[in-house]
Amino acid sequence: MVEPILRLDGLRKRFGGLAVTDGVSLEVAPGEIHAVIGPNGAGKTTLIHQVSGTLRPDAGRVVFAGQDVTALPLARRARLGLARSFQITAVLPGFTALENAALAVQARSGSSFRFLRAAATEAALNREARAALDQVGLGPRAGMPAGALSHGERRQLELAIALAMRPRLLLLDEPLAGAGPEETERLVGLLRGLRGRYAILLVEHDMGAVFALADRISVLVYGRVIATGAPAAIRADPAVRAAYLGEEEAA
Amino acid sequence: MTAQLLLVQALNGLQFGVLLFLVAAGLTLVFGVMDFINLAHGVQYMLGAYLGASLAAATGSFWLGLLLALPAALACGLALEWLVFRHLYDRDHLAQVLATFGVILFLNEAVKVIWGSAPLQVPIPDALQGGIALMPGLVYPVYRVAILAAGLATAALLWLLVERTRAGALVRAGASNRPMLAAMGVDTGRLFMLVFGCGAMLAGFAGVMAAPILSVDPGMGDTVLILAFVVIVIGGIGSVRGAFVAALLVGVIETLGRSLLPDVMRLFLAPSPARQAGAALGSMLVYIAMALILAVRPRGLFPARAG
Amino acid sequence: MTGALRAAALPLLVFGLLAAAPFLGLGAGWAMTLLARAMILGIAALSLWLVVGGAGLVSLGQAAMLGIGAYAVVVLDAAGVTEALVVTPVAIGAAALFALATGAVAMRTGGVSFIMITLAFGQMAFFTASSLAIYGGDDGYTLYGRSTVAGARWMQDRLAFHYLCLGLLLGSFLLCRMLLASRFGRVLRAARENALRAQAVGFEPYPYRLVAYAIAGGIAGLAGFLLANATEFVAPSFLAWQRSGDLLFMVILGGLGSPFGAVLGALAIVLLEEWLGHLTQHWRLIFGPLLVLAVLFLRGGLVGLGRRHG
Ligand SMILES: Nc1ncnc2c1ncn2[C@@H]1O[C@H](COP(=O)(O)OP(=O)(O)O)[C@@H](O)[C@H]1O
Ligand SMILES: [Mg+2]
Repeated sequence: MVEPILRLDGLRKRFGGLAVTDGVSLEVAPGEIHAVIGPNGAGKTTLIHQVSGTLRPDAGRVVFAGQDVTALPLARRARLGLARSFQITAVLPGFTALENAALAVQARSGSSFRFLRAAATEAALNREARAALDQVGLGPRAGMPAGALSHGERRQLELAIALAMRPRLLLLDEPLAGAGPEETERLVGLLRGLRGRYAILLVEHDMGAVFALADRISVLVYGRVIATGAPAAIRADPAVRAAYLGEEEAA
Repeated sequence: MTAQLLLVQALNGLQFGVLLFLVAAGLTLVFGVMDFINLAHGVQYMLGAYLGASLAAATGSFWLGLLLALPAALACGLALEWLVFRHLYDRDHLAQVLATFGVILFLNEAVKVIWGSAPLQVPIPDALQGGIALMPGLVYPVYRVAILAAGLATAALLWLLVERTRAGALVRAGASNRPMLAAMGVDTGRLFMLVFGCGAMLAGFAGVMAAPILSVDPGMGDTVLILAFVVIVIGGIGSVRGAFVAALLVGVIETLGRSLLPDVMRLFLAPSPARQAGAALGSMLVYIAMALILAVRPRGLFPARAG
Repeated sequence: MTGALRAAALPLLVFGLLAAAPFLGLGAGWAMTLLARAMILGIAALSLWLVVGGAGLVSLGQAAMLGIGAYAVVVLDAAGVTEALVVTPVAIGAAALFALATGAVAMRTGGVSFIMITLAFGQMAFFTASSLAIYGGDDGYTLYGRSTVAGARWMQDRLAFHYLCLGLLLGSFLLCRMLLASRFGRVLRAARENALRAQAVGFEPYPYRLVAYAIAGGIAGLAGFLLANATEFVAPSFLAWQRSGDLLFMVILGGLGSPFGAVLGALAIVLLEEWLGHLTQHWRLIFGPLLVLAVLFLRGGLVGLGRRHG
C-alpha cells in the first residue's frame, strides 16, 4: 500500500464540555480526493483547523508526508505543502487577484527578506501566479483588486491561491458555499480537473458534488467518523442513511 | 536602620500600588468591556487631585472637598464620554489613541490656565496628622496608612461589585467574550456608561487621596497613566484581579527601585557613579520587570480573554 | 494624466517647493530653522509610518528612537567624537537595536498591548535619559557645535544643512516606498490586511514586522541625529511620550495610505504648531480639540482629501 500523504491519528478537541472532534482517524492517499461530509455542526471545520494548524488538538497526531506536524503552526505547515481554503473567504481585498496569487508563489520561491526590487516586477512570480489564475479561469480578472471581485470569483481566487502554493495536499472547506448553480458547475469542473494531480481533503455540503468528485468519503457525526468508504458503499451504508442521508431525503 | 528603611519604603510602595490599582482598574475594565483605549484616563486622576484641592481650599475641609470632588470627577468623566469617547467606540485603536491624546493635550493645558503651572500644596487633614509607631523607633505617617486602608477597602468593594452583582457578571462576560453581550440583548450603551463612570470616579478618588503626599501638577496624570498601562499589561488586559496584583507589584518595584538602588549600587561602585547608575537602573526597573514577565507570559499574569 | 504621474505630482510639488524655499523668501534664519525642524520631524514621521501604515502596528513609542539617535550624538560628543561619518551610523544603529530589543517583547503579545508596551518602553528611555546626570539629566546637554563631515564643518552652513535635511527626507521617503513595494513589503502588507491569510500561505508575520520595526527605529535614529544637530541641544523632552503622540498625529493627518502622507502631515503640523504658538501661549487649548476633530471627521487624511477632490 502507498504511504498516505496525510494521516490523522485519534484527534480529539473539546470546546468546554462539547467534544467537537472525538477520536478522528483517517488517511488521505496521494492523488486521492477524500471527502468529509456530515451535518452542520458535526465538527468538519474544526477538523480542518486542526489539520491546517489553526487549532491545536487536545490529543492525537497529524502526520503529513511522513512527518509529525501536530506541534507546527499554520505557516510552517503551509511551507511544507499544506494548502487550505477558508469556508469564509479570506483573500486580501487590497491586493489584486494577481498579487494574491503571487504572494503564495513568493512563499515558496526563496527568501522574502528582499528589500530592493519591486515584487510586482518579478516576472517569475507573476508568471506562476498568472498560471494559477488561468487554471481557475480568473485570468481575465488578474488586475482587479480582490475586494472588487464577485463572491464566486473570490471563491475561485481562494482556490487559485491554494494552487499557487503548489501544495502536496489541498484542504478545501466548503469551496462551493454560497456559489450559484452556474458557478457551482464551473467549480466542480475545475475540481474534477485537479483530480489525480493533487491529494485533496474536501469538506462539502453539496452531495451531488461530493458523490461526483470523491474517491472516498468519510462521514462525520458529532465529531466521530461513523463510516469511511467508496461513494457507492457510503450511499448504501444503513448507518449513514440513518444518521445523515435519511435526514436529507426527509427534508 | 536598613531593615527599617526597607520596611518604610515597602509600605510606601504598597500605598503607591494601591493608588495605581484605583487608576488601572478603570482602565482595564473600560478596555476589557468596550475594547476602548483611553489615554485620557490619567487626566481623570489629575482632575480628581485638582478638584479635591480646590474644593478643600474653598470649603476649608479636606473631607468636604473629597465628598464634592467625587461627583465632580464623575461629571467630568461622563461629559467627556458624551462629547468625545462614545463617538470612538466603533473606531479602531489608532483613532481612539489619537483622539484621547488630543483630550489630554487640551485638559493638561486647561489645568495650567486655571490653576497655573506650579505644583499645588494640599495639607493633610487634621484628623490624619501625625504618625503611628510601627515598631520601636519607626514612626509611619497616619495619612499613608489611611490611603493604604482606603485603597484596599475600595479594592474589596470593587471585587464584590464585579464578582457578586448582575452588572458585575455582565462586565466579566464582556471582558472575556464581547460579542456575547450584544447577543444576550444587553443595553451596551448603558453598561458602557456605568463602567466608564465608575472608572472615572475611581481614578478621581485616587487623585484626591494622592494630592496631600504627591505633587499636584499639570503632568501628574501622564506618569500615572503609563504606569497604569504597565499594570494592566502585566496583570492581563481586562482582569481586575490581575490589575490588583500587578499594581502592588509595580508600586513596590518602582518605589524600592528608585529609593534603594542608588544605595545598593554603592556596594559595588564609588559613590558618584553609584548614584548615577542606581538612579538610571531604578527608573528602568519596572519596565525591565514588565519585559521579563511578558517574555514568560505574553498575555499577562491573569489573562481574562478566552481564545 | 496617467495614474503614476498623478500619484507623483504632489510629492514632486512639495519636494520642489522645499528645495526652492530658501530662494522664495524663506531664507531668513527663523524660517530655515522651522523648515529644517519640519523636514527632520518628517523623517521621524516616515519612520513611524513604516510601522503604522506599513506593518499595521500602532506604536506610541517612536520618540524614544528619535531621542536615542539624538543622545548618541551627545554621548559621542562628550567622548570627543563629532565626526558625522562615525556619529550617524552609531545613532542609526543604537536606535535600531533598541527597537529590535523592545519590539521583540512588544510584538510577542500581539494586538493592542503593542500600543501600551511601546509607550512603556518609550517612558523607560525617557526616565533613563533624565537620570543621566553626566549628560545634563533633566536640563539637557548643549553641544559644542554641529557634527563635522570628514573633518569639514559645512553642516554649520544654513543652506547646506537645509539641503542635507531635504536630501535625507527624500531618501527616507524613497526608501519607505521601495521597502513597501519589495517582497518584504508585500509580506508586511499581506499580514496587515489579514494575518491569517499570510500565515496560510506560509508567512509568519512576526519576523517581518520585527525587522520593519527595527528599520523604522534606524530611520528615527537618523532623524534624532539631525535634530540634535539642528538645535545643538538635546534634552529628555526629545523622548517625551507626547512627541510620540505628535508623530502619530502627523502620520494620521497626512493619511495612512502612502508614505508621502507622513511628510505632508509633519509639514502641516510643525507649521500649525508654530502658527498657533504665535497666537497664544496656550496653543494646546486649540491644538488638542483640532486633533480630536481631525480624528472624528478627516478619515482619509490630507492625502485622501486631495484624492477626493482631485
Ligand atoms: N471556538 C469555538 N468555541 C466553542 N465552540 C465551537 C468553536 N468552534 C466551533 N465550535 C462548536 O463546535 C461545533 C462544530 O463546529 P464546526 O466545526 O464549525 O462544524 P461544521 O463545520 O461541521 O459545521 C459546533 O457546535 C460549534 O458551535
Ligand atoms: Mg463548517
